Amino acid sequence: MPEKYHITTKPVPPRRPRIGKYGIVDWREDCARCHNCVKKACVYDRHRDEIKYIRDLETVDALFFDCMGCFSCVQDCTKNLLCLTINPEYEKLGNSYWTPEIILTTWAQAETAKIPVSGAGYGGKFSGYGFDSMWTDMSEIVRPTRDGIHGREYISSAVDIGHNSSFLVLNGDDVVSPLSPILSTPMPLVIDRIPDKYALPKLDAIIVETAVKTGLITLVDARKWPLAGVDADKCLPHIAFYFAAGAAMLSEEILKKTQLAEIEDDRNVKSRIRALKQIHPGIVVAVRVELTAGGMQRAIDLADEDVEVIHIVADSNGREIGSEHPMFIKDMIRKVHRSLIENGRRDDVTIIAGGGIALPEHMVKGVLCGADLVSIDLPLLVGLECHLCHQCGDSHTCPAKIQEISLSYGVGRMTNLISAWHDQLVELMGAMGMRDARRLRGDVGRAMFFEQLEEEAFGRLFGNRLQA
Amino acid sequence: MADFLEIDCKLEDIIPEKTRKTRTPQFKQARTVRPAPPRYRNEISKYIILRNEELCLKCGKCVEICPQGVHVKSLGYKYFAQPHSHLCFGPVCEKKGCYCITACPQGALRIQENPMMKALGDYRWPAEMILATWKMAENGECPSEDYGYDFETGKSEGGFDRIRFKFPDRPPVELKDEEIDTSIELNRRHDGRARIRIDVPWYGGGMSFGSVSNTTQLSKARAAVAWNTFSCTGEGGFMERMRPYDDHMITQVATGLFGVREETIQRVPIVEFKYAQGAKPGLGGHLLGDKNTQAVAKMRETVIGISLFSPFPFHSVYSIEDHQKHIDWVKHINRRALISTKVSTPNDVDMVAVGSYSAGTHIIHLDGGYGGTGAAPDIAKKNIAMPIEYAIPKVHNFLMAEGAREQVTLVASGGIRNPYDVAKAIALGADGVVIGTVEMVALGCVRCNRCSAGRGCPRCIATTDKTLAAKIDLEWGAQRLINTYNAWRNEVVSILRRLGLRSVSELRGRSDLLMHLDYTNVVVEREA
Ligand code: SF4
Ligand code: SF4
Ligand code: SF4
Ligand code: SF4
Ligand code: SF4
Repeated sequence: MPEKYHITTKPVPPRRPRIGKYGIVDWREDCARCHNCVKKACVYDRHRDEIKYIRDLETVDALFFDCMGCFSCVQDCTKNLLCLTINPEYEKLGNSYWTPEIILTTWAQAETAKIPVSGAGYGGKFSGYGFDSMWTDMSEIVRPTRDGIHGREYISSAVDIGHNSSFLVLNGDDVVSPLSPILSTPMPLVIDRIPDKYALPKLDAIIVETAVKTGLITLVDARKWPLAGVDADKCLPHIAFYFAAGAAMLSEEILKKTQLAEIEDDRNVKSRIRALKQIHPGIVVAVRVELTAGGMQRAIDLADEDVEVIHIVADSNGREIGSEHPMFIKDMIRKVHRSLIENGRRDDVTIIAGGGIALPEHMVKGVLCGADLVSIDLPLLVGLECHLCHQCGDSHTCPAKIQEISLSYGVGRMTNLISAWHDQLVELMGAMGMRDARRLRGDVGRAMFFEQLEEEAFGRLFGNRLQA
Repeated sequence: MADFLEIDCKLEDIIPEKTRKTRTPQFKQARTVRPAPPRYRNEISKYIILRNEELCLKCGKCVEICPQGVHVKSLGYKYFAQPHSHLCFGPVCEKKGCYCITACPQGALRIQENPMMKALGDYRWPAEMILATWKMAENGECPSEDYGYDFETGKSEGGFDRIRFKFPDRPPVELKDEEIDTSIELNRRHDGRARIRIDVPWYGGGMSFGSVSNTTQLSKARAAVAWNTFSCTGEGGFMERMRPYDDHMITQVATGLFGVREETIQRVPIVEFKYAQGAKPGLGGHLLGDKNTQAVAKMRETVIGISLFSPFPFHSVYSIEDHQKHIDWVKHINRRALISTKVSTPNDVDMVAVGSYSAGTHIIHLDGGYGGTGAAPDIAKKNIAMPIEYAIPKVHNFLMAEGAREQVTLVASGGIRNPYDVAKAIALGADGVVIGTVEMVALGCVRCNRCSAGRGCPRCIATTDKTLAAKIDLEWGAQRLINTYNAWRNEVVSILRRLGLRSVSELRGRSDLLMHLDYTNVVVEREA
């Protein structure tokens, strides 16, 4: 059996006080000090754990952290004084796209590297905005490939980046057609640069180290090279330098150790690609296209110009940039993917899609919609206990005290998170009966879309759907 | 109660000799509703009544006016007891002219919505639906309208939660409740196997010993006996102590084959193949190590404390023909049993259903993605397979088109939370439903999602921890479920009466009686 992709992980506990979903509020001052709630009602001794936990903290700035919200103490309190509420700190996490649930589940995965598991079914909305308006398929009796969980070992999550030759010209045993360089990455994920507003000098080294540990590729701004404290020989194969328009080239010696580079989109794209390839013929070059109003068309045009990799990027909430009625990344991926198919270009180009990829299912759904792979940035930051509070810049107010992180903490948390994402990718692929992530791309037959299901099931029963 | 066995076929002839010998007398359980008050001291209420003791004159006006007995001052006591807020109807009293708040000459009373309502429940099971279910479990009736609990729909903003019945102002036919039939037939194949009719259009879904406590399983079984319906063992094997309930049990053959033996298959009238489950479509069962106690390990013939993962899918089934082999095998082992095939809801669920029908199944059980009670990866709960609301009409229509609809029973689960969901599922095309979560809620579940954690459920329902499990009394548990079934049945009867339908089978597929709040509700012909 070929060597398996495996990420070694170990738990990395949080540095900051945990923030739980629930808080218990004592709401009338009449407590009998009977300790019924603490001693009897709470089967998990949460009240007591909490006291111990708080005692060990330097500062108390969080409410109840791990209450299960079971209401037992509330309902057994001798005097009916307790009130269980949603912790306001919890509600403040993230924003409307990066919801508190996303932040909390990311924290948990970065801590434990485990797939989040819970009981009692699904409690969320029927469907929702963005990626929540699609489901992945599964198959139980008739499967597209004959593999189940026992076949999981055989699920390959690897994908390729670069131009895939659609045919080979042979002369005897010799391949005479030109072969484009191509590289393989163990899962359909690249690590993007963390947006400038969250930039923290240490972060780059941590991310590069994480890429090495997980076998992934990370984008690094060429202007920042060399990175302090980074072993170049070890890291360069996992780095894809990003060249902003007008940025200076790096030396041949450095470039030659990398496999992928990305350039900012501008009019000189072609000559800059040529320049890079002249220095390092084996390099794959991606062009980064911001998904502004003209972004999708630009991506489609670039494919026509033989660009081998296009990295389309929406804003951090997955929206089209600068539009009043922005499209969502999933729909933009689908549109680009379909146009490329219509132009007969789809297999010539690799599409990396970024922006709004917050959960592992977004990675899978993005690929099902037609991207070859996705790029992430913020989830890794959240993995470091970031609240996405947007107060970066003022080091005193960062609730995550992100300046204080150590290399091992940072690498450990990010690695755990990526490992948990990988395991979840495999879960979804196992359910779908798919054994090769390359085959997921654009396989909308393995996806179900809200609009389509509504029309199929309800259209014929209830007429036309009203526009929101 | 188990008469059906004797009516259509001779029990003696069809039960294998060795099973006949070990047959235990079957448990009897009356259908009577009896009060089963909550286990906890303080009930969670929608409204909270606060009395300012300093202002209060103890004049007793509030006691007089309150229709609900919220205000209690016992004889010889100086002060009032804490208001029994859980009984309070709230501001509706103002309209009815019996509002304590305005009646109090001192303005000493205040009413507010309980802030905990925000912390309890979720979009699919909002707090009011949980509280209403608790009232049903306590009294056997749906809470009176005055409580203002919205338990007909959740807040998930789609599917059942946006579908309503178009009740006519007056039903086309006036029917009395006694004239309305809620029973459904489970064997429509006329293949010489037992005809089994259940008195309510639902049965209890599979919950294994391991995922829930003994008491929970037995409570479910007793409710099934009382209402002449079924409960299911789940995949963890068939406990000896379930023998007195054999006639009302479905045993499961799941991908892990945990605890499946010839003998367990021969004990029951229905055998269910679990291909997949809605809680985690496409993944096998999970039982985390903490819950694999000595008793569980023995039942499942495994090692204590290790996590148990059932494989997915059946490794012997990769086609409908393989599926048929499975069915034939069970039909051979148990000559009287009906076969149920439980599948999840993939894109091709309609094909799977027809395939399964042709393979010889009696019951097609669709388990939609949003339900489930056991432990499941969060990613699977939300993302894999379609919600049941889509799958029911899809499969119903396909079976109709294939001419197979009348030969097979279609049951649906995965998000059936209340009697309205039952009726909606049936109107969309199912014959009946399978329930699970509501039974947990009736036993006191607050939907905290911690069923998989450590010792299991902090409310002592989904646990194998002996000390925890002991906190629930079996008689009480069974009564809570019997009461809930009663409330549900009454509500289903009332829905049928308002629609002028004589039986629940007349409702099947009557989607013309439904409307969807997000649609024009003017049907236009679609291209085929
Ligand atoms: S709600 Fe439950 S878990 Fe939380 S403190 Fe109270 S008893 Fe403990
Ligand atoms: S938590 Fe810290 S790193 Fe995260 S957004 Fe806030 S200030 Fe920035
Ligand atoms: S009506 Fe007002 S003053 Fe009179 S007993 Fe009630 S709360 Fe007190
Ligand atoms: S609001 Fe109505 S039900 Fe509630 S306490 Fe006052 S009178 Fe009683
Ligand atoms: S753990 Fe929570 S959700 Fe699960 S059964 Fe118990 S109370 Fe219900």
